[in-house]
Parts: sequence; C-alpha cells; structure tokens
Amino acid sequence: MKPSFPFINIQKEDFDLTSEIATLRQGYKNIGAVVSFVGTVRDMNEGENVSILELEHYPGMTEKALEKIRLEAHQRWKLEASLIIHRIGQFSPSDQIVLVAVASQHRENAFYATHFIMDYLKTNAPFWKKETLPGGRTRWVDSRVSDKEAEQRWAT
Amino acid sequence: MIHILYFAHLRERLGQTEEKLPAIHATVSDLLVDLATRGEPWKEALVDNSSLQIAVNHDIASRETQIKAGDEIAFFPPVTGG
Repeated sequence: MKPSFPFINIQKEDFDLTSEIATLRQGYKNIGAVVSFVGTVRDMNEGENVSILELEHYPGMTEKALEKIRLEAHQRWKLEASLIIHRIGQFSPSDQIVLVAVASQHRENAFYATHFIMDYLKTNAPFWKKETLPGGRTRWVDSRVSDKEAEQRWAT
Repeated sequence: MIHILYFAHLRERLGQTEEKLPAIHATVSDLLVDLATRGEPWKEALVDNSSLQIAVNHDIASRETQIKAGDEIAFFPPVTGG
C-alpha cells in the first residue's frame, strides 16, 4: 500500500543523510540545489546536563501537520522535491532527531524553504520532548518564545 | 461516543492516556467544564491552563470548536519538537 504521505517519515530508526538525499534527487535532472538541515540532541539544556531525551508524538495528527507544512513550502517557493524525517523514542546526546531536505533548481528557494519548514515544525507539529538529567530527574521541555518569534518572521 | 486523548506532561499529570465519553457536549468548552468537575488535577490542567492546546480530528481547534459523536479530541501542552 502506498503511504499517505510519502515525503513524511516519523520513525524510531536513525537516518542516513547521504542516502536520503540520493533518494530525494532520484529522477530529477533539473535540480541545482539541495539544502538539508539535521537537528541533533544537545548534551545541555537550560544550563543543565541532559543524559537522555525522549520524544513522543500524536500518531495521525503529526503526519498531517508535517505534510501541511511541507505543502505550504511548495506553495511559497518553487521547489522540486522535499522530505521531512522526524525520529521518536529515546535518544542520547549527539543522536540525530530531525532531517529536512529540500531540492530546487536554484539555491535561494531551497535555503528559504528549509528554514521555513523547520521554524513551522517547531511550533506546529505535535511532538514533545522530555529530558532525563544525570541524577535521574526528568522534566518536560518548555516551548520557547524564540521559536514562536521565528515562526512569525514568515507571516505573510 | 467521543474519543479523548491526552499527551506529554498533561497525560502524566492526569494519569490518563485516553478515554471514551458519551457525546453530550456541544463544544470543547462544554467538555472541559464537565471534565473539571472531577476536581484536581483536572480543573487546574484543563480549565485554569492558558497554554492548553486542543485538536479535534487532527486539526488545531479552540474551546469554541463544536464537537459531535465520533470525534477525536486531543489535549496537550505547547509542542516542542525539532
């Protein structure tokens, strides 16, 4: 069965940037630019060390929200292809969390679209992070005002 | 029936992942008022919570959104992915 959103992947497994971009570019001869963003787990947040990061999502809604953001990027800029991979589960510092890759004929559109997708993902896609500190204490990560401001710079 | 889901901090605070209730509420707000009659932590987490996020059938909604039988209603804190 064809997946409903072939360019959205929510997965536990890690991803390989090189092979993902090769797949994205496959069949296109008019692509002149590929921009990718990879988000990774930092070992520190709010001034404290983080030893484990857990990510949960809302199955069904998250895929739909990501596809909406992806399509919005395709409406705003002339893009040839794009892909969003977001991992869920339990992670350690330096693990990969998210990949956004955008291919276009010219670089400017791919740069803008990648930035836009990440800013919108941060404030619109239902994912939640929970941190475990070295002593075993856990805390849910708070949303940031700066992320909301980052989204607002794209307001039309 | 309506299907209610709770996520992240809210799920832990309420000690509940999901539940099904009879479809007797006209709006999300009516449902919240009803849930708040359970006392704490329900009232504080759902009604006295200005950052509460609401989705109805996978779309972002508000307290004024109308609900009906068969709807999936989710409550969660502001999102923190990426």
